[in-house]
Amino acid sequence: METTGHPDPTFAIADRTFTSRLIVGTGKYRTNREMVDAIRASGAEMVTVAVRRVDLDRSVEEGILHHLDPAEFFLLPNTAGCYTAADALRYARLGRAAGLNDWVKLEVIGDERTLLPDTAATLEAARELVAEGFKVMAYTNDDLITALRLEDAGCVAVMPLASPIGSGLGVVNPYYIREIKRRLSVPIIVDAGVGTASDACVTMEQGVDGVLMNTAIAAAEDPVGMARAMKLAVRAGRDAYLAGRMEARDIAVPSSPRGGMLE
Amino acid sequence: MTTSKAGKQAPATVSITLNGKARAVGTGLSVAGLLGELELEPGMVVVERNREILARDAIATTPVEDGDRIELVHFVGGG
Repeated sequence: METTGHPDPTFAIADRTFTSRLIVGTGKYRTNREMVDAIRASGAEMVTVAVRRVDLDRSVEEGILHHLDPAEFFLLPNTAGCYTAADALRYARLGRAAGLNDWVKLEVIGDERTLLPDTAATLEAARELVAEGFKVMAYTNDDLITALRLEDAGCVAVMPLASPIGSGLGVVNPYYIREIKRRLSVPIIVDAGVGTASDACVTMEQGVDGVLMNTAIAAAEDPVGMARAMKLAVRAGRDAYLAGRMEARDIAVPSSPRGGMLE
Repeated sequence: MTTSKAGKQAPATVSITLNGKARAVGTGLSVAGLLGELELEPGMVVVERNREILARDAIATTPVEDGDRIELVHFVGGG
């Protein structure tokens, strides 16, 4: 690391240590090749996957494990697409039964148009999954109270959204994100809503531990190029946060001396 | 329903619901046998049978029975 002044040690979620603060999804890529190349370019160590029925009409089984090596990436099964706590529990258990790990990215959706989380159902599912020994990383909205409850429930990370899933709107409420980071002890990963590199940078400048994204990379014209940009943006945002930004002012202050001007 | 295979004229197939679709499979098939017929590697899929997850080491010994609702899932791309 070439930064001076502030060391930026690795960070831990539960019992695992990570160097990259960027977590990426594996959905929506045009090809598997492009997905793997983009993930490698992003530098991400943790990668999310979804649980779905095997398509029996296909000639070859197209599971993602044929393309992603669990020895190279830490695969985080999600409960995406679930609208009830019961469904989320079912998907989480199926994901764990694949035998990779006992982690889950818990997500219980409450509304189809916005894909905003059903926070009551998320909390209910989180409590049950923690009791079953899962390491729960919970996707939630940017509401402090829900975030506190999820921490109390035993989640290993709380993951407020920047803005709705797949929207690319960036951080709509940096104040709430900062407050959640300030008030919780578990790692805060901002999950969903990042659209481009500047969004990732702004997200990390709020002081959060990491950022999780999928569409911003997968739906870019050049996903591999965007993955590289995101890697740098997350790094830049983190460094800027650690370096401590100057205070913003409503008035100009010259950078060159006022004195010493010619007569 | 599940007693039919011991009956007088056991049918050559049993009817199951596989990933939401009705399907007839041969009698006396194990879940491992079903995966084999579908050309699926047991290590790549998770089997849920009648809403209960089947442990990997139970796949070979669990029979496919008439009326079973079987779900075969795996990991796909997602965020």
